[in-house]
Amino acid sequence: MVEKSIEIVGLTKKYGNHVAVDNLSLSIEKGEIFGLLGPNGAGKSTTILMLLGLTDADSGSVKVCGINTARYPLKVKRRVGYLPEDVGFYNDYSGLQNLIYVARLNNMAVEKAKKAALEILLEVGLFDAKDKKVESYSRGMRQRLGLADVLIKRPEVIILDEPTLGLDPEGVNNFLGLIVRLSRKKGITVLFSSHHLHQIQQVCDRVGLFVRGRLLAEGKISSLAEQLFSKNTFTIEGAITSIHEDLDDAVIPLSEVVRKMNQLNGVAKVTLNDKRFVAVSEKDVTAELSRLIVNSGYGLNHLSKKEYGLDDIYHQYFQEEKKYNQKKV
Amino acid sequence: MGMSKLTGIKFPQWTVILKSFPVLRKSSDENKLHLSPFQVMVQKEIADHIRNWRFLILFAIILLACTGTLFSTLTDSLKTLGSDTSENTFFFLNLFTKSDGTLPSFFVFVGFLGPLFGIGLGFDAISSEQNRGTLSRIMAQPVPRDYILNAKFLAGIIVIGVMLFSLSFLVMGTGLIALGIPPTAEEFLRIIVYTLLSIVYVSFWLNLSILFSVRFRQPATSALTGIAVWLFFTIFYPLIVNLIVKGFEPSKYAAPNAIYIYKKLKFYLVQIMPNELFDEITSAILVPSVRSLGPLTMEQIQGAIPGSLPLAQSVLLVWPQVTGLLALTLLCFLFSYLIFMKREIRSRG
Repeated sequence: MVEKSIEIVGLTKKYGNHVAVDNLSLSIEKGEIFGLLGPNGAGKSTTILMLLGLTDADSGSVKVCGINTARYPLKVKRRVGYLPEDVGFYNDYSGLQNLIYVARLNNMAVEKAKKAALEILLEVGLFDAKDKKVESYSRGMRQRLGLADVLIKRPEVIILDEPTLGLDPEGVNNFLGLIVRLSRKKGITVLFSSHHLHQIQQVCDRVGLFVRGRLLAEGKISSLAEQLFSKNTFTIEGAITSIHEDLDDAVIPLSEVVRKMNQLNGVAKVTLNDKRFVAVSEKDVTAELSRLIVNSGYGLNHLSKKEYGLDDIYHQYFQEEKKYNQKKV
Repeated sequence: MGMSKLTGIKFPQWTVILKSFPVLRKSSDENKLHLSPFQVMVQKEIADHIRNWRFLILFAIILLACTGTLFSTLTDSLKTLGSDTSENTFFFLNLFTKSDGTLPSFFVFVGFLGPLFGIGLGFDAISSEQNRGTLSRIMAQPVPRDYILNAKFLAGIIVIGVMLFSLSFLVMGTGLIALGIPPTAEEFLRIIVYTLLSIVYVSFWLNLSILFSVRFRQPATSALTGIAVWLFFTIFYPLIVNLIVKGFEPSKYAAPNAIYIYKKLKFYLVQIMPNELFDEITSAILVPSVRSLGPLTMEQIQGAIPGSLPLAQSVLLVWPQVTGLLALTLLCFLFSYLIFMKREIRSRG
């Protein structure tokens, strides 16, 4: 059995009447990079706070590295590194001093702490700025210092709450690369929350989609699409050309081709608009479609298989949410 | 040396030489350098206080006020210190309590500026960590949540203690040079007890302002609330008490019993004021001839011989006041604890 780093069962948190996290169950395996994806206010941060025992859950249980957080928060904090959203440092201390302080709070002796801090600073690329006061750091540097701050205690699990917020695209790429590299190298489990789809898509092994305090779907990004879009996962777009001058001169009329397309195994619906068609299907029928078209005496201008990205998943959910809201009104 | 800010200790070059001796190195590694997380936090807080402009300014004000008083007392020493024959035996205590009238005396300054000092050290203790976003980072470390509260409090007390003791010793030392006679053991002990109790007093204000810093997110709100409480007790509460007791004021020709009850009421009403408690403590400890704090009946006064009390008796006299101050301090601490321990720690705001 694969070891579980984080196990959440039936977690619920209410603020007055507002349910921030609603009966959440989730488990994350050791060494995995898990992305928690959701819009602002979905309850991602609240879930993370409960993982660390920084706020009490109303019901349900959280186990991190097999330890119950509510009961033994200190043991959990010893193994978990947490980078809060919009992390703050002591501005009048240098980056190195900030790190040494945190290391010493983890019961490291000064000299050992300094050594560890220097190593980590080298790893996150802040070695040159180590003696500068943190107030002079740029946003990207602070974020990297935050990562160093998380790694210095040699955690088994790191939890990053919106770590890429406010970074420029290049900074985001560097930062994400750094996370992946370090976590793979050290075998650290990563829980990464964000509302940016592409970043999650870029680094995460598995994704949980979080809306209104509920986990709507979880799994690999490809399987997430299957879960969300019921059956017809594949969309194939193409444009038909004729070998002849005019389409009407063709041996078989286009409508006939479309009818045949519809009869193909797995195809749900084909729509034709001038020379372009869109086929929605249960499985990948690209090869069959192209053969059919060519055999019918037509040429293919282009044929592309559209895969669902997180964007589509996201929008799908927002639309559903909107519908849900409208119904309620 | 980059390390000095965090350790708070600057290691001179010769420590490097010491480290080459294995025996010495071992002891220095274990005793000096490896502090528990809590000690590390206290150390950092103390370092922060001492390097803070706010602290330096407050300290400068108190130092200036006290040296000013000291000099004005000493220049006039023969007249002021020797004027009261019954207290002639306590030269050193007079240094703390007497002045020639141009400036208030030392203990008045401590009583007046002490609360400001306490409020100044504590009013942004927790809220500043919260606003800087460091609170959630520290709370994600394996330290119990109350460590941060305790560390802030303990660091404040240590700083206040060091400051008040150095001021007291400064006054004593100057007195020693100027008067040319050493203090008696009793005087010395009285001054030590007085200093310890003023630490308790200032730590009450420190705790109160820490409570406000836990409760209010904005440091300005917390500072103003602290100062408001201080103003209320020093200015408005006495006025209110006067208004209340005015209604009960007996006539000049009332029975002694009625006057006694009236005086007693007045006395009890001011007992919840921390500054009043401290004033009573100061007067009983620094003026040995003070034999009672509340009103006395004629029977109680009858047959009493005016004279000074021994230290133990003076301490006994102010024991209720000391207990009251400690209780108020603990109450503030308890409330900060209650609010803070159950709080949800979000990154900012």
